Amino acid sequence: MNGSRAAALTVAWRLASFRSRLEGLPAFPIVILGTLALLAIFADFIAPHDPQVGLLGERFRPPAWQAGGSTAHLLGTDHVGRDVLSRLIFGARISMTVGFTAVIFAGVVGTTLGILAGYLGGWVDQVIMRVTDAWLALPALTFAIFLAAIVGPSASNIVIIMALVYWTRYARVVRGEVLSLKERDYVRLAIVAGCSKRTIMKRHILPNVVNSSIVLATLMLGVVIVTEAALSFLGVGVPPPQPAWGLMLADGKKGLMAGYWWLTVLPGLCIMLMVLSANLLGDWLRVKLDPQLRQL
Amino acid sequence: MSDTPLLDVRGLTTHYVSARGTRVTRAVEDVSFTLRDGETLGIVGESGSGKTTLALSLLRLLPPGARIIAGAIRFEGEDLLAKRESEMRHIRGKRIAMILQDPMASLNPLFTIGDQVGEPLRVHEGASRRGAWERARELLGAVRISAPNARVRNYPHELSGGMRQRIVGAIAISCGPRLLIADEPTTSLDVTIQAQYLSLLRELQRAQGLALIFITHNLGIVARMCDKVAVMYGGRIVESGPVRRIFGAPAHPYTRALIESIPKLGDSNGRLTAIEGQPPDPAALPEGCAFHPRCPVRLEKCATERPRDSVVGDEHRTACWLHG
Repeated sequence: MNGSRAAALTVAWRLASFRSRLEGLPAFPIVILGTLALLAIFADFIAPHDPQVGLLGERFRPPAWQAGGSTAHLLGTDHVGRDVLSRLIFGARISMTVGFTAVIFAGVVGTTLGILAGYLGGWVDQVIMRVTDAWLALPALTFAIFLAAIVGPSASNIVIIMALVYWTRYARVVRGEVLSLKERDYVRLAIVAGCSKRTIMKRHILPNVVNSSIVLATLMLGVVIVTEAALSFLGVGVPPPQPAWGLMLADGKKGLMAGYWWLTVLPGLCIMLMVLSANLLGDWLRVKLDPQLRQL
Repeated sequence: MSDTPLLDVRGLTTHYVSARGTRVTRAVEDVSFTLRDGETLGIVGESGSGKTTLALSLLRLLPPGARIIAGAIRFEGEDLLAKRESEMRHIRGKRIAMILQDPMASLNPLFTIGDQVGEPLRVHEGASRRGAWERARELLGAVRISAPNARVRNYPHELSGGMRQRIVGAIAISCGPRLLIADEPTTSLDVTIQAQYLSLLRELQRAQGLALIFITHNLGIVARMCDKVAVMYGGRIVESGPVRRIFGAPAHPYTRALIESIPKLGDSNGRLTAIEGQPPDPAALPEGCAFHPRCPVRLEKCATERPRDSVVGDEHRTACWLHG
């Protein structure tokens, strides 16, 4: 009896502290990202049409509210008669997965290597940073095409390619930060107190650089999605019948001059909303992770 | 108390060698001293006299390029210079603790006080997070922080300078060390907090029976805190002995000059006497006695021959030709 009460109290306390942690969570990005996530997960049930099959007779239908549009295709159809709304919904699945996983992959790899290079110094630093220099000297897009040509185009390969291309950005920023952090007195105190290098990197360096990594990640999200679009446009990205926002944007470009604006503006709007939401969320997280800002 | 001293340093020599090995800076040269349980040793000297390098040598935490060339450090009978790095890690923070020059900046802004005070316990004694917090509360009480139960949950920026200072003290004593090295722990504090902090250190020292090495350039603090003093100049100890002897009958001209340059209350007619000249460049120390270019009573051989260490009284030694 007493035990279960205590357990109930613990649960209540956990819930309360979890809620206080979410305090101040900005509504806008949560609503946008939540909606996109739901659309992505339940795409099969929500989407009115098959995103990969079109009717040539229904080509270039404008959105329903424009002259010539119909309620069958709320957001119109593309150059092969596929339903734009359905493609956007299914596209959320690919774009969100590719975008977020690629950014997180690159972030984890880059941050880890950046901390190792900055904190350990010496030959570790030399090796990691020279590789990073060489990496950065290659134009990102060319490099991505090169990698895509080797491993072949598919959604999962794109994630790996993006992580491989962009980890260097994190490593650079993080290493610089670590160089200044490791001269701080609290890192010195940890050394004097007998902490191992691993403990220091994990407990004193990592929490202090994670902020920069998050901010960089929210910026990189946009870059990754646009690069993915470019790869798709060049035929080495997500393979064409599949709907990805970047790919739709690239395809739609051909119709832009002919006045088929919905083919570019709508996927562009989706990308913009996602990146903006990620930015706002990252900003909130940054404040939340800093005890000094948290109280303001 | 046993006969073997807690810390026995013999002929310790630490040099900084430049990358190509062309430039050698003799930061610490042939330094010897002993320290018994519960004793306080003050190490006094100008900037660049090798005080901090000496402290870091004791913990074997030298920056890259610095190397201990010769000498022996015996702590509780064990040879610290023969230890592997992993063994040294178990000594740092557990048996020898250190307080850094700027304790205000010694706390990680992202962790609560409880986490930071408990960290050495978790590292050295494998305490659980909960157990470490429990001990942290007691330690905060020991360093006289009011409401320790609330304070453990605070972040460093929520506390005043004096409190942060005390917390750094609590971190230092958390594992019950035998020796505490304090490297100018009060230079960044204002005078009123300084006094409080010093009495706290003394109190902790008495309560825990720990030996203290107090590195400072402030002779007033030395007079108040220490049992023994070692005066460093140009990387060497030029005079050492009990506090009373050093202040009452300084043997080395440098010590005498240092004591004369302390402003005294009520002494309004005389101007402060400063020591002429500049402290020597540790990378290019003068021949003979390092102090001879600035010495008011130098002899001819001071410029050519290094003075030997000579006994001038009970445990009172100096390296000066006037006494050699």
